[in-house]
Amino acid sequence: MTTLTEATVKNDLSPNSDLQVGSAARSVATSVTKTAAKGPQAKEHSSGCGGASGSAQIVQSLWGALVRKLFIDHLALWSAFLALGADVFFTSSGRHPPVDRPYFRYFLYVTIAIFIIWPLIVKNKPASLEKFRQKDKFYAAAFLFLNVLNLVTGKFTLLPPLFFPTPDRILSILVEDFTYLIFDCLAGSAKLLLTGFSCGALAGLITGIAIGFSKPSAYWLNPMIKILGPIPPTAWIPIVLVAFPTTWTGAVFLIALSVWFPTSVMTSSGILNVQNAYFEVSSTLGAKRLYQIFLVGIPAAMPLIFTGLFSGACSSFLTLMTAEMVGVKNGIGWYINWQREMLAYANVYAGLIIIALSFYSLITLFFKIRDRVLVWQKGMIKW
Amino acid sequence: MAGSPDTLTQAEPVNNTAATAAAIEQSLMQQELKPASGPAPLTGSHASAAATTGVIVIDGVSKVFTHPDGSLVTAIDNVSLTVKAGEFVSLIGPSGCGKSTLLRLIAGLETATSGTLELDQTTINGPDADRGLVFQNPYLFPWLNIQNNVAFGLRARRVYRWQKESVARYLELVGLGKFGRAYPHHLSGGMAQRASLARALINQPRVLLLDEPLGALDAFTRMNMQDEILRIREDKAITMVMVTHDVDEAIYLSDRVVVMTPHPGRVETILTVPFARPRARNNPGFFQLRSQILEILNFAGHITEPPYQI
Repeated sequence: MTTLTEATVKNDLSPNSDLQVGSAARSVATSVTKTAAKGPQAKEHSSGCGGASGSAQIVQSLWGALVRKLFIDHLALWSAFLALGADVFFTSSGRHPPVDRPYFRYFLYVTIAIFIIWPLIVKNKPASLEKFRQKDKFYAAAFLFLNVLNLVTGKFTLLPPLFFPTPDRILSILVEDFTYLIFDCLAGSAKLLLTGFSCGALAGLITGIAIGFSKPSAYWLNPMIKILGPIPPTAWIPIVLVAFPTTWTGAVFLIALSVWFPTSVMTSSGILNVQNAYFEVSSTLGAKRLYQIFLVGIPAAMPLIFTGLFSGACSSFLTLMTAEMVGVKNGIGWYINWQREMLAYANVYAGLIIIALSFYSLITLFFKIRDRVLVWQKGMIKW
Repeated sequence: MAGSPDTLTQAEPVNNTAATAAAIEQSLMQQELKPASGPAPLTGSHASAAATTGVIVIDGVSKVFTHPDGSLVTAIDNVSLTVKAGEFVSLIGPSGCGKSTLLRLIAGLETATSGTLELDQTTINGPDADRGLVFQNPYLFPWLNIQNNVAFGLRARRVYRWQKESVARYLELVGLGKFGRAYPHHLSGGMAQRASLARALINQPRVLLLDEPLGALDAFTRMNMQDEILRIREDKAITMVMVTHDVDEAIYLSDRVVVMTPHPGRVETILTVPFARPRARNNPGFFQLRSQILEILNFAGHITEPPYQI
């Protein structure tokens, strides 16, 4: 033990070699050096250097450093390895339909590779590295969840195999049906959603601006919004099915309706809440009515307009799914419903994963746009 | 209305080049129907000689507000006042004396119930770029950065020629040359108020209306800004009308101080500040004027000790 202490002291003098913790006592000694450089406990050791109790403490802190370095800092990676180990070690119960390839294992290989390579890529970007480290525990939990799922479905079959397919099967569908899922179903949904959303957002902005700036439009439109707005768009389905030439146009109408209401309400209230002083200032600066509407009223109402568009987007997702499950013969919602009827639950889960990923991307994109537009607001409002 | 010799209107141009520049600018202004719609010139200052426009004539103006419950409140009752070209006039008085209402009437943000307001023989009906207004709160548009805030007036009037240069020049004038790209929430109160001054001035208004522009600033920033306003006035020779609660500020800045009394708002007295510019803040003459104003407003109190003798 004393030799180790000496090694520590020697290492202390040498310039901080950036050795990776790998194997053998040399790297252990390095990790002690690193603790001595960082941790406050290590200072006590250097003062009590040489004593037997000191050595014991050093061993302890050495062990702690090793554990931290190897496990705590890389929980996600270990969790993924654990899942991989469990998948390899346990044999399948055989009650699930077999898959062509072990997709879950491939998935783990890929993620493990990413988790090893990514920190090396962002090594020189402390912010990205910190962000990655912060999410480490979450990823670890996610891998643990997948691991447990794999065990309770494929390996031990504790849940009914019909409704709870193995991760292998879900992944195999995602891979094998990829082109169909993305280029037929998702593209169909995206077309419907974007058409409906744009129509609804445009209509909402127009009515909202009209209500905000003109008393007569407020007089006529406000009651309409108050009566028609709160009706859930899906309640219109019976009428829409007979009133529109195709179910597709009907679905566009429903989605537009679900976006129109929150956008319109938020836009008008955003404009009505703009401090009158801004309009007064702009009029003393020579701005005429139209200029005031577009360069004072609307920019000032932008934060609330975005809130309206956001809740419109959320309810449009809901309406999209309902519309696809009721009438539209295309799209990811229709796919899920169709597969459910065929009791192909692996396909249902695959569809759900696609929905989650695409809606997540849409929302992320939305927030990115909002942050860009509302850059002037930074630090003022958070939601 | 004691007609006093106005130090500024009588002052001679400082040098010949400035005078010619001012003369050219003026002839340009006269050619156009609306002087305020011309581009901000990049030539030198107007110098004091330019102060021939910006005459405000307020004749028998009353303003009655109707409350939501139907009761009538007379904010201003039969006020008459003439502000000369290039003059600095302060409106002072307790809350409810209608000084802000009077300012808003000049700005065109309110319409008079009776009486007429004229700027250079043209009746005022509605706000326009020839009367700039600076509020107590700067009200910079938070979604625009400072240079776009300052450029707002030019863009609103579709003046695109020399826009960049004008903005830079006016930012420089108020000492914010480096802050063009900052957003309003980055600025301190004093800086924001400077920016709003630049925004109002870029339109080259004939009249600058100041509604307690320095009310929200701390004492030292305030004194700085007062000097800044005086400097701009020297530079641009604009008629300025300021509402203030601060007697010292009114005396320090003004050619005349209009003292108003409330319920209903009336002009009580108009005092001429006789001191030559530049004025010293510790001018002993200020004190007498100050106590005179306070006496009119019934804030003077009684002096029990014998007056301090130097």
